[in-house]
Amino acid sequence: MDMQRRIIQTIFLLLVCGRMMAQDSSLMKMMDDAVAESQKGQVVTGTFKATQIVNLPTVESPGKKSLQFMIMHRFGKLNGGAYELFGLDNASIRFALDYGITDRFSVGLGRSSVDKTFDGSLKYKLLQQKETGMPISVSLYGLITNYTQRYTDKPYLDAGYRTAYTTQVIIAKKFSSAFSFEVVPSWIHYNITPTPEDKNDLFAVSAGGRLKFTKRMSVNAEYNYLLRNQVVSTKVYDAISGGIDIETGGHVFQLVFTNAAGMVGPYYLAKTDGSWGKGDIYFGFNITRNFNFKK
Amino acid sequence: MKLMYVMALASLLYLPAKAQTFMTRNGKVNFYSKTPLEDIKAENRQVVAAIDLGKKTVALTLLQKNFLFEKQLMQDHYNENYVESDKFPKAQFTGTITGNVGTTPGTYKVQISGNLTLHGVTKPVSAPAEFEVADGKVTGKADFKVKPSDFDIKIPSLVKDKIASEISVQVVAACTALSK
Repeated sequence: MDMQRRIIQTIFLLLVCGRMMAQDSSLMKMMDDAVAESQKGQVVTGTFKATQIVNLPTVESPGKKSLQFMIMHRFGKLNGGAYELFGLDNASIRFALDYGITDRFSVGLGRSSVDKTFDGSLKYKLLQQKETGMPISVSLYGLITNYTQRYTDKPYLDAGYRTAYTTQVIIAKKFSSAFSFEVVPSWIHYNITPTPEDKNDLFAVSAGGRLKFTKRMSVNAEYNYLLRNQVVSTKVYDAISGGIDIETGGHVFQLVFTNAAGMVGPYYLAKTDGSWGKGDIYFGFNITRNFNFKK
Repeated sequence: MKLMYVMALASLLYLPAKAQTFMTRNGKVNFYSKTPLEDIKAENRQVVAAIDLGKKTVALTLLQKNFLFEKQLMQDHYNENYVESDKFPKAQFTGTITGNVGTTPGTYKVQISGNLTLHGVTKPVSAPAEFEVADGKVTGKADFKVKPSDFDIKIPSLVKDKIASEISVQVVAACTALSK
């Protein structure tokens, strides 16, 4: 009898203690689970620092009510030699303003000195990479360009003929905090081409990436492959660009080397006449500054 | 008879432990950095918090990426450059309550001290706190200050004037009783 009682007592105590301990560890587990749960749906941010790698747009856009002012600047060709101070005597420039209407949708305006080209653009973050689930980010980018350079020998060039459209689907993945990569199929439509043999609709595929080597600096590169036999009247090259991003507070500085003189879709994708092999390399920079209109 | 005593005693031990644990999944943590050049504030509304009035302990866990800033760029920089959320996704606090928190409804002023883990660094933190006990609910509130430099968070000289050397942190966690 005594024995039996002692056993019951012990079992009961063990049960109670077990319950109490279980409760404590299950509380920590519940907390961890709750945190893990909220982590799941989290959007992966900071795939790229800037809205473009060098010329190629990235999935990033300015946040809601934030205005980004950008100066893209390219000096002349390095192979100009000492006489041209290795290209520093010449310059082409693009100014651009991009504004975030929502965190996922932005509009932009720009003007390039090349061909005195105005451009307007839209960028929409269609898909956003998540911690679990969605493995990639996809942004859609539409750009309309209109050049205003006067050609007295071509009086037929009206506004319609001077307009071109570029549509890009930007597919990106942030593989780690240091490495991000994107693939961008592009479609360019010219309302008029230099000769009837040149195609009005051009297709290109670009790839680009960044590798961070400090928290605020990264090396970037992009390759823009224009499908062959589309531009036949002039010799064009694939635009290959590389550079370094330096981020300081509200600024991003990009120091770049590229064989493309143009800085918007129809120009760098399909009108790059410089060749890396011949030393037609432009040194330049992009500077962005963000202004916020949120109270 | 002896068995009865033991069981009654054990039940007494067991019952309060059950009713004295409170938890929430949407506690709130705010922080403010005030400088003449720029005010920065952020809010996290997905803080997991637990209060055990029996053991007089508190615990808090949050994800850095759940801090929402007014400016997206600030949020990006917070996660990428300062707290490095990819490497250190969580911030955690575990501590003990010194002072009396009754089970009857009312407000109790106490002191909390414990360890704060942030950016992979653990440091002791202690702060006055207030517990509001209501029916089946305990709301804990605390304000304290955190120095980024204590947690190995480096601020470049270029933005030094824009980020306060001491950040004010505010915690509000309305926890409900855990039912088993």
